[in-house]
Amino acid sequence: MKSRNLLLSHVEVPGIDGLDGYMKHGGYDTLKKALKSMSPDAVVEEVKKSGLRGRGGAGFPTGMKWSFLAKPEGVPRYLVCNADESEPGTFKDRYLMEKIPHLLIEGMILSSYALGANQSFIYIRGEFMYVLNILEKAIAEAYAKGLLGKNILGSGYDLDLVVTPGGGAYICGEETALLESLEGKRGNPRIKPPFPAVKGLWGCPTVVNNVETIAAVVPIVSEGGEAYASIGIGRSTGTKLISACGNLARPGVYEIELGLSVEEFIYGDDYCRGIAQGKKLKACVPGGSSVPILPHYLVTKTAAGENRLMTYESLAEGGFESGSMLGSGGFIVFDEDQCIVRNTWNFARFYSHESCGQCSPCREGTGWMEKVLNRLEHGKGQMHDIDLLADINKKIEGNTICPLGDAAAWPVAAAIRHFREEFEWHVTHPDEAQSRNFGLITQAALA
Amino acid sequence: MSHHSQPTYDPNETITFSPALTEEMKAVVAQFPEGKTKSALLRLLHLVQREFGWVSVPAMDQVAAFLNIQPIEVYEVATFYTMFHLQPVGKHVLEVCRTGPCMLVGSDSLIDHFEKKLNIKVGETTEDGLFTLKTVECLGGCGYGPLLQCKNRFHEHLTLEKADALLEQYKNGEIQ
Ligand SMILES: Cc1cc2nc3c(=O)[nH]c(=O)nc-3n(C[C@H](O)[C@H](O)[C@H](O)COP(=O)(O)O)c2cc1C
Ligand code: SF4
Ligand code: FES
Repeated sequence: MKSRNLLLSHVEVPGIDGLDGYMKHGGYDTLKKALKSMSPDAVVEEVKKSGLRGRGGAGFPTGMKWSFLAKPEGVPRYLVCNADESEPGTFKDRYLMEKIPHLLIEGMILSSYALGANQSFIYIRGEFMYVLNILEKAIAEAYAKGLLGKNILGSGYDLDLVVTPGGGAYICGEETALLESLEGKRGNPRIKPPFPAVKGLWGCPTVVNNVETIAAVVPIVSEGGEAYASIGIGRSTGTKLISACGNLARPGVYEIELGLSVEEFIYGDDYCRGIAQGKKLKACVPGGSSVPILPHYLVTKTAAGENRLMTYESLAEGGFESGSMLGSGGFIVFDEDQCIVRNTWNFARFYSHESCGQCSPCREGTGWMEKVLNRLEHGKGQMHDIDLLADINKKIEGNTICPLGDAAAWPVAAAIRHFREEFEWHVTHPDEAQSRNFGLITQAALA
Repeated sequence: MSHHSQPTYDPNETITFSPALTEEMKAVVAQFPEGKTKSALLRLLHLVQREFGWVSVPAMDQVAAFLNIQPIEVYEVATFYTMFHLQPVGKHVLEVCRTGPCMLVGSDSLIDHFEKKLNIKVGETTEDGLFTLKTVECLGGCGYGPLLQCKNRFHEHLTLEKADALLEQYKNGEIQ
């Protein structure tokens, strides 16, 4: 399968990050067309036809989400772009915003027009302050050209667009925590319902969408929803940005047509070119740290022996027993020398650190898991610790306000399911577990 | 949980926001609708930290006054978000990512190396006040690890040799 670029086709063109460069390559033509010849509902209709699913992780159909937006008279509506990019393994939105910021801005204007929002926000993680500067520069260029502000391109439509930073908290990627943070508060997720579509930012109807989702609206409106839907397989339509990392020969951000085989993505010349330093594949977390890990024999093939594809459905094939999820597209690859226990502990520490603390099963449970995994990893655990983890897991799962609790529990369960003997090894070989050396990252070692 | 540093408070400390900073703060606040200006809070704290290197209690109190909110509304936010330094820090804060994808490519060995080289533990500041070493969770650059952030800059694809060179560059002022 050839690589197909809808979002990144001009990413390497010099000057594409500026307004002139972007417009030279067709930038804002789609916006002009939409404002001239399409009603807001017609834009929503194209997005529905496209089959686009949210690229932030959950894969919820975007057109459907948009149609849930409440529209009471006289109440403002908001579009908020989720540029928090905090799921470990995920670094695609940063790439898009840094390289081709106007694509996101054009997508924001189109989407805001479709939703009838006159003020929209991009909430970007605080660590990306340099990207915030890039976006603000691009936004200023757009205002100067009449692409933002009052009466955009003479259409009578007004839109103000603001970028605002977070402050270093993974939980603010969760949409209701994000809204709290955007209101200048701690990032504590809200109890749902009400959903943001009814009560979001400042209590007004709000749509929250990922950067990549909003950017994809541009080619969808430009080429038409049906054309977009013809790319991909089944309910996985269009292209997806995959950020590939870990022990790969060529990590990075790739735009793939959904339906590419996982095998080609990992080993193909156009993509990651195999495992770094000629080592063997041990495991893969295909959709960001929150999704279940797959052992090597379930990465390129499903348990039923079919080729595993980069689609929402195929990566989930086998359910929790033998599948995983496409998630955010944070594709993390482990070589044969990596320790699964160590990584599971590392992720547990991450979730414990990032729990907002308002529900006890998550606040306490993530802390306990971190402690138990810490002692297992360091050769101080016992066999019953492995079952204790499973037990803590069950008590977190489904008992919390937001999905962070589940996100913390699932990867641990999956790691034990597929790599139980490795956990047991740490118990039976305490000395070796304590004295392992993971090597130094010197230039020579990497050569 | 997210918050882990307690604010340091010196009751005799006073702090003045320069006219330039005040102007910048006003511009940020003006981006939000009337009555919703509390939304500017995180951005203002970033500006304060850029100006003073850290966020002190008197600075938080002034931000509260600026936004016309209660000081506690600022404290609770500043303590929740890990990017805000609530204690004085070194001139350069090296924030090394320690999360899974970076660990797979050697962040542990990088962190050890910095501890040895700077002769401090994670969380501490060198005696000359030049460097503070911190570990942070995923910085959204996992394909370019191991990496660290220092102010607005990402230093990516680090090796021990590159880390040494980087320290030198910061020491002799080649990077500000
Ligand atoms: C703990 C947690 C972290 C999340 N982090 C992000 C994130 O960094 N970026 C993102 O776009 N969505 C993130 N999400 C998903 C958002 O809640 C939301 O579903 C998404 O922004 C919707 O946009 P989409 O429909 O365009 O995908 C996260 C969800 C949870 C539960
Ligand atoms: S599940 Fe965890 S992160 Fe989510 S609201 Fe509860 S305590 Fe906070
Ligand atoms: S894990 Fe280090 S940047 Fe993501």
